Amino acid sequence: MNPAVINLGYLGASALFVVGLKGLAHPRTAPRGNLLASLGMLLAVALTLLDRHILGFQTIVAGMTIGAVLGAVLALKINMTAMPQMVALLNGFGGGASVLVAGAGLLERQNAVIPALSHFTVAAVASGVIGAMTFSGSLVAFAKLQELVTDSSVRFPGQRALTAGLAVVATGLGLWLVLTPGPHAAYWLIVAVSSFLGLLLVLPVGGADMPVVVALLNSWSGLAAATTGFVLDNNILIIAGSLVGASGFILTEMMCRAMNRSLVDVMTGIVPLGSTGRGDEDLYAGRVNAGSPEEVALLFDAARRVMIVPGYGMAVSQAQHSVAHLAELLRSRDIEVEFAIHPVAGRMPGHMNVLLAEANIPYELLKDLDDSNPTFEQTDVTLVIGANDVVNPLARTDRTCPIAGMPILDVDKSRTVVVIKRSLSPGFAGIPNPLFADDKTIMLFGDGREMVQALLKALKEGP
Amino acid sequence: METAVLGLTIFVLALFTGFEVITKVPPTLHTPLMSGANAISGITLVGALLAAGSERDWLMSTLGFVAVVFATINVVGGFLVTHRMLAMFRQRQKTEP
Repeated sequence: MNPAVINLGYLGASALFVVGLKGLAHPRTAPRGNLLASLGMLLAVALTLLDRHILGFQTIVAGMTIGAVLGAVLALKINMTAMPQMVALLNGFGGGASVLVAGAGLLERQNAVIPALSHFTVAAVASGVIGAMTFSGSLVAFAKLQELVTDSSVRFPGQRALTAGLAVVATGLGLWLVLTPGPHAAYWLIVAVSSFLGLLLVLPVGGADMPVVVALLNSWSGLAAATTGFVLDNNILIIAGSLVGASGFILTEMMCRAMNRSLVDVMTGIVPLGSTGRGDEDLYAGRVNAGSPEEVALLFDAARRVMIVPGYGMAVSQAQHSVAHLAELLRSRDIEVEFAIHPVAGRMPGHMNVLLAEANIPYELLKDLDDSNPTFEQTDVTLVIGANDVVNPLARTDRTCPIAGMPILDVDKSRTVVVIKRSLSPGFAGIPNPLFADDKTIMLFGDGREMVQALLKALKEGP
Repeated sequence: METAVLGLTIFVLALFTGFEVITKVPPTLHTPLMSGANAISGITLVGALLAAGSERDWLMSTLGFVAVVFATINVVGGFLVTHRMLAMFRQRQKTEP
């Protein structure tokens, strides 16, 4: 088929991608957006198969069948709590595919004369570096999220020097390939070095910082596709890749802002250390008010407005369905119920919203940080489940604490706070939480799901 | 050189378009956005198909084959799981009176 026709088709596919992403602006239009984007992909693939450079279809059919089966099984079987792992894995595959395609592109031009400093080799180097780092980094992120390896920050002496050294080696190899293009192994050496680099970059990142890394790798997988587009002189790869790159970049930014941490701090695993002023003992001694589900049920009965603040601990104890029942019961008694969701409440951007949506909680009730904070003052009872650092008032008051300046949910402004938590142990930031010792706070010590179920029982039985 | 500048033009304009469109996605849909982005970044499939079908030599075919598998997982898995998630956000509207 005429290349111009194929390129026109690619233009149509690109437009479908943009319109599809635009549909994600609202839950109502989002399913159609996703459908339009997938039609764009179908169009792009169908047109490519008509390209006259494709001489045989055996390899293609085998590869697509295997990929489609694996992808479909993964998509249909995956548990919603495991979405971060799945996205991490797909980020990695995207990076890996870009590395291989750019490598094949180099191979194809092996016998052609490539001038020194051409955009073609520069793009190949970029694909090799970004793609390989995305691939290995994503596999580490996957292993951490799946808890195949420790999810805490892994650091060892000389790590920074090693990372810097590898970066220098990768740059050197890149210059070699760009300045003296020709059939040599530099590209695959770059891939090997960058793979190791990706490993070293993600290892130091701790569990609570995972949302940032998953978003960053998402961005890189798009950029790798875009640079591969430069290698192949293929516009649709450039367009689709940069759309994904922009999306991941925005999310990375948002996650960093939600934790008041710089990207550099996250990637180096630096947890800001500061004095907490007082020790846990001092803060909590004799001031923690432990309550019972029955007591809390009475509070709910008298409330007109309840806010629920879920944290990752809620997902860990699989309490979301019980929480949904609780919300439903309260709403049936004409109590206004809303959910306040911190941007880093889950293990990836928007993760908590998906978990609550899966439990059939209407999305209209899910409020983000900016929308929920002004409403706490009018809230009678705020129920905090499995969240800690994101509701710690020290972030507002103590300038020396590790989470100083981090935007938090101002739950302490509501009339009563109920906290369901296993113990008084600190969150990821490792600092005590004065909220737990506040006069208006009642602690329900126990497993998230069991406690919510006990609450439900107490509410149904009534006083 | 000319193709490079043209490509760069497209790249920068697409980045701007991406920023404009993505900033309007609400936090509630950020996870489906990321899985949908996974699917779209599977566009490398286009390049992978060209490599896999070139019938040049075994090395090229192998690279192409593995790339086709990876990219197809992204495309199929990404769009399907996004669809699954978005259905959860939609279903509840029906149950709402």
